[in-house]
Amino acid sequence: MKLTIERAALLKALSHVQSVVERRTTIPILSNVLLSGDGGTLALSATDMDLEIVERVPARIEQGGRTTVSAHTLYDIVRKLHEGAQVELDTIPERNEMVLRSGRSTFTLACLPPEDYPVMSTGELPHHFVLSAAELRGLIDRTRFAISTEETRYYLNGIYLHATKNNEVPVLRAVATDGHRLARVEMTAPEGAAGMPGVIIPRKTVLELRKLVDEGDDEIQVSLGDTKIRCSVGQAALTSKLIDGTFPDYDRVIPANNDKILDVECKPFAEAVDRVATISTERSRAVKLTIERGSLTVSAASPENGTAVEEIEARYQSSPIEIGFNSRYLLDITEQIDGEFAQFAMADAASPTIVRDSNDTTALYVLMPMRV
Amino acid sequence: MSVLCRDCGALATATAVPQRCGECASPRLVAHDELAELSIAHIDCDAFYATIEKRDRPELAGLPVIVGGGRRGVVLACCYIARLYGVHSAMPMFKALAACPQAVVIRPDMAKYREVGRAVRAEMQRLTPLVEPLSIDEAFLDLGGTARLHGAAPAQLLAALARRVEHTLGITASIGLSYNKFLAKIASDLDKPRGFAVIGRAEAARFLADKPVGLLWGVGAAMQRRLAADGIAVIGQLRAVDERELALRYGRIGRRLARLARAEDDRAVEPFSATQSISAETTFGRDEADAEALRRELWPLCEKVAERLRQAALAAGTVNLKLKTADFRIRTRSHRLADPTQLADHLFETAARLLAGEADGTTKFRLIGVGADRLVEAEAADLPTLFDHEAGGPRRLAAAIEEIRARHGDAAVRRGRGLRPASS
Repeated sequence: MKLTIERAALLKALSHVQSVVERRTTIPILSNVLLSGDGGTLALSATDMDLEIVERVPARIEQGGRTTVSAHTLYDIVRKLHEGAQVELDTIPERNEMVLRSGRSTFTLACLPPEDYPVMSTGELPHHFVLSAAELRGLIDRTRFAISTEETRYYLNGIYLHATKNNEVPVLRAVATDGHRLARVEMTAPEGAAGMPGVIIPRKTVLELRKLVDEGDDEIQVSLGDTKIRCSVGQAALTSKLIDGTFPDYDRVIPANNDKILDVECKPFAEAVDRVATISTERSRAVKLTIERGSLTVSAASPENGTAVEEIEARYQSSPIEIGFNSRYLLDITEQIDGEFAQFAMADAASPTIVRDSNDTTALYVLMPMRV
Repeated sequence: MSVLCRDCGALATATAVPQRCGECASPRLVAHDELAELSIAHIDCDAFYATIEKRDRPELAGLPVIVGGGRRGVVLACCYIARLYGVHSAMPMFKALAACPQAVVIRPDMAKYREVGRAVRAEMQRLTPLVEPLSIDEAFLDLGGTARLHGAAPAQLLAALARRVEHTLGITASIGLSYNKFLAKIASDLDKPRGFAVIGRAEAARFLADKPVGLLWGVGAAMQRRLAADGIAVIGQLRAVDERELALRYGRIGRRLARLARAEDDRAVEPFSATQSISAETTFGRDEADAEALRRELWPLCEKVAERLRQAALAAGTVNLKLKTADFRIRTRSHRLADPTQLADHLFETAARLLAGEADGTTKFRLIGVGADRLVEAEAADLPTLFDHEAGGPRRLAAAIEEIRARHGDAAVRRGRGLRPASS
């Protein structure tokens, strides 16, 4: 393989694929990126056996071919090359090496045989639909904070994506929970989503996918089956295994009859919580909301640090209530609320509370209170 | 200088060290210029488990005695006769028996040792509330300011304590007396067994100068290698290096090393030192490779750790798995929990996941252990979740089990996973 490619194009593609590569792996070739030059494009692939990203970039191919080299080393080299530089890649198969030349720099990199590179077989992916980048960002951003990191609850280590109906309207819904909070976000179901199986997309896949749609407004082609999902964005394609497990019946934990309604201006509320939480202990991060007719007091106390109290304006008509929350969980949710007001629907100090965005009916958050 | 008789407790001043006590003619004298002022002590019982066993079985008096678990365990304690053969604690049993085949091996009776340990501690606490236990049989004591209360210098009180322990409990202890913890601990080791050693301010630095750096608190094998690579083998060499230089080279520990090398240690004797970790382990009667069998061994250990967490009102932030292979390699794997736990079930699920990565069905293991660290207060652990709050959460189940056991004994309620398959 011999080809020339612009540094900027190579760097962008590498930045996408290299983050899939685990820093520590017991299988050497998984540290590598697979480079395939063919026709007018260079394809770069990386995988951790559960997740694969392939990205194509235009290149001037003198001689087609394939090889694999260390993904992080190649990325670091290309990152440090001059802006606007041209990069030449030239494999020397008999020595298992690839030479990279750019300007006055020459690097010789060790290669591993491309035939050994694991390819993810996808099988049939019978369901297809298209999302805009903004829609996908909306689904991911408002749910990913609630994904559980507890590996023993592996079925919670991702976002549950499924098609359902809300008041007879077909919706595509994303749900994540770690047991302490739950985020449920939906959008009008795109064409083709109806009939798809409910799937749990692993956290790493979610985060890599989010990087691919970070900028721009490309369309995302989604294909999925029972065990795999593929998302194509522009010149990049991400294929991932799905979590093999059953997502819990989340509807059961969304309370239906919470009638203590608090409306509070979101930004001042979040700032107050953040300030007051400075006092609460590292472990619990608890803050207490004391809510009476027309007033809300946020407070915290810790035996080591002292106390903090802040009063803010709020609309509230029900009987007084005191309820405690993990401040970090509160802030994770308020961060997702774009509207002016956050609405809390509570039952009592020991039962789940619902939080909504006053301007957005597509997102709903449930938060487990803590004793304070 | 001051001269203390360890038998009658008389404290006298003399210009030269006398042969015998002027009061009772005992030769067991301790002489030191600072003897009357020093007040930080380290007390360490001599070959604790072995000594207790010898006390209870006088016929063993002249024989080498090893306390440990069977042929496959390790030496937990050995008497001073066994030590003459090269036996030492933590040595694998088979090696100990190879070195000293005639040794009498005794199964440990932890309940008995704990009781004696408690009695020793009670004696210490009669002298001062500032007792910092390091283990069942050793502790630091700060006797500063107690001279007037007791009408005797710390050195006299300590000698009397050693005598009392000997008479009432039938075991011996060694005492190290100095002006800080680190030197007191070194001193208690100098004159073992039945010893009394003193390191004063005047000679501390000189005393340390030619000792290996490994003697310093916190310097293990890895740090020793690092220091050796920099040409530092003894404490005197460490002292010759500027404190800032050591801090630059080794970070925070460098600063500590500089202070310790100057014989400075300002740690206070802390009567309530926080528990750092809780663990339980077991050595198998026969090496085990079977993943399912290993998992079964894990469960009772998790229950044990959970029970001790409960007693201490603590919860695990990290779960550790420890394995020792048949060829004595130790593997440790750990997992930081997203939510701290006190419950045996969660400890088990986590430890079992770690085990799944190690138990390949062919590697044989001789020991398995479970530990909890990054401990947090139990308050912050096992909070009810969205999914279980109505049932009261896993805490309620654990509390119910505990209650039943308190009333009807540990065997009254057990998990199915603790059961062994019926042997065919």
